[in-house]
Amino acid sequence: MTDVLNPPVTTPSDDHGHEEHHGPTGILKWITTTDHKVIGLSYTVTSVLMLVIGGLFAEIIRFQLATPNANLVSLAQYNELFTMHGSVMIYLFAGPFAFGGLANIIVPIQIGAPDMAFPRLNALSYWLYLTGAITMLAGFFTAGGAANFGWVAYAPLSNSINTPGAGADLWIGGLLLTGFSAIFTGVNLTATIFYLRAPGMTMFRMPIFTWNMLVTGILILLAFPVLTAGLVMLYCDRHFGTHIYSVTGGGVPVLWQHIFWFWGHPEVYILALPFFGMVTEIIPVFSRKPVFGYKGMIFATLSIAALSLGVWAHHMFTTGVVLLPFFSIMSLLIAVPTGIKIFNWIGTMWRGQIWFSTAMLMAIGFVVTFLIGGLTGIYLASPPLDFFTHDTYFVVAHFHSVVMALVLGGMAGLYYWGPKITGYLLNERYGKIQFWFLFIGTQVFTFPQYLLGLRGMPRRVAIYAHDPQWKLLNDWSTIGAILIGVSTLIFVVNVAVSWKKYPAGDNPWDAHTLEWFTTSPPPHHNFYRLPQIRSERPTWDYNHPEHRSLGHGKHPGLGDPHPEVVED
Amino acid sequence: MKAEAKLMLGLGLFFGLMCAVYWNWSLENAGGVMMFAGMLLGFLPGGYFYWWSRRMKARPEDDPYATQAGGAGVIGSFPGTSIWPFTMGMGAFLVVLALVFGIWFLIPGLGLVGWAVLGGTSEGRRGGKV
Repeated sequence: MTDVLNPPVTTPSDDHGHEEHHGPTGILKWITTTDHKVIGLSYTVTSVLMLVIGGLFAEIIRFQLATPNANLVSLAQYNELFTMHGSVMIYLFAGPFAFGGLANIIVPIQIGAPDMAFPRLNALSYWLYLTGAITMLAGFFTAGGAANFGWVAYAPLSNSINTPGAGADLWIGGLLLTGFSAIFTGVNLTATIFYLRAPGMTMFRMPIFTWNMLVTGILILLAFPVLTAGLVMLYCDRHFGTHIYSVTGGGVPVLWQHIFWFWGHPEVYILALPFFGMVTEIIPVFSRKPVFGYKGMIFATLSIAALSLGVWAHHMFTTGVVLLPFFSIMSLLIAVPTGIKIFNWIGTMWRGQIWFSTAMLMAIGFVVTFLIGGLTGIYLASPPLDFFTHDTYFVVAHFHSVVMALVLGGMAGLYYWGPKITGYLLNERYGKIQFWFLFIGTQVFTFPQYLLGLRGMPRRVAIYAHDPQWKLLNDWSTIGAILIGVSTLIFVVNVAVSWKKYPAGDNPWDAHTLEWFTTSPPPHHNFYRLPQIRSERPTWDYNHPEHRSLGHGKHPGLGDPHPEVVED
Repeated sequence: MKAEAKLMLGLGLFFGLMCAVYWNWSLENAGGVMMFAGMLLGFLPGGYFYWWSRRMKARPEDDPYATQAGGAGVIGSFPGTSIWPFTMGMGAFLVVLALVFGIWFLIPGLGLVGWAVLGGTSEGRRGGKV
């Protein structure tokens, strides 16, 4: 262990005086590291790999559905595929990519911390995530195949009579490991943000991404333990003869749905908030303006998080045993803070000098796609509409609009922070081609599914009736899925083409926040020096002293020599 | 520390209100209990932060006028590298495999976890390398 000192005060003439870090290299470095940047990079690479695996499952599913009675895969294999597609994407890609990958790397740098608060716990998180992913996917190599009860594992379908075999147990085990990994990351993020901020970095000067990760961390702590407890009880039902979720022994099957969705709906925001944060960092930088409504954004994030704890049973409207008005009102209320966010993103771009880089295009694509997914979510929050569309492709289309928006946001994050993490920019031309494939593909993929749902096509079916309309819409959806697949290939090609080719420099985007003050990639323990922090844009203030931002609100105190508010 | 305290207490208060409304209206216990636990998760750390915030002077990171020099000094002890997270992760992996493939996996699994607990603790006490 080494004692870490705060970096020295910065004066403009400071040059990089620094201590070198000597550690192991190669595989030993990967195994023994406690550096949040290396761990975060491992997380990012692993989760993008999971995106590719889950995406391959999705392509197989879409090819199977392109014709009504296809037999590309058997019915049993199809069940495994859609179960593992959902599980891999939700449990192993979206969350870990955001809070384990980018947040792990960026949050400590954004607040001027040398590392996460608990570096060894952080490393343990990664190993639990990796082994959890291996455990869950290992189901494919067992005799009975992988788990096949849907990613929600509803009781009593998930009990040992309806779903025997090792695949389901491996699914539970993998989820236990990744669940603990998420909890530890939540602890780490919260503690880091509460206790390791640089001097002057008050709570209301933190970048919005860091704010969103703080709220995500708190939501993880609320939600994941419930899922872990539920899984332990499910395992006991399967193997130790308890009857917690089975009617025969006096249990309540719908209890699983309560527990699962009490985790599952906050989880939606655990997935979404980090990407909201990324986009909120990117849009101001490429609009050459401060973010519009900083405190409103934070208020919106907090209200989304607070409300998200009270909406779980909108997934259970059709069970007939939940309080419809309460959950309907709460679900509709979430639209208000989400609307504030979308308003603020547009307000930030309004009259800005917009630079349409790949990151900005992806961020705008995120806003558009998320708006579509969010608006259809408002329909689904209304019980009469939900009764009509429940378990149809309308729901599938709704949440795929949302999660594909997250993929766009994640790509925006990779293009924006990739240069900080690796020191090299990605090729912009390939990036823009990738954006158009991804954006158009997403809409072509989801729009037909909305129509399919309204025309009554159920979810989770491998074959369907010969109906020319259904076939046509399914074909369009499959074309969209192919476009999305091609966009992923373009990304891989882009990484290969721009490998160590375009050096980024410390601050290629003339960005606002602290991570752009240090070198790319940042040194061990992140900073050689730190600027004075007097607003939520310390790097901008340092680089543009003539246009310093006065924090939010109009209080010309703070001993600031340039109290004017910056308008471009 | 005050902002952190207000944040957590505010969340706890909101969850508490939601819990009261929901539990009295629906009479459904699972959700009521879970929301009650959510309220505690807001109040426990929030109360702790509030208690401390009244007994300490503002930290440099809470002070809008703070200078970098004001925060100088040791801010923590961070391990350079450590093998114990990996050891514990592999141990936990084997423990989970014991749930599926046979109880004997527990022997190496718990062994590795225990070894990592001892190793990690002593590393934290004396400072150590790989």
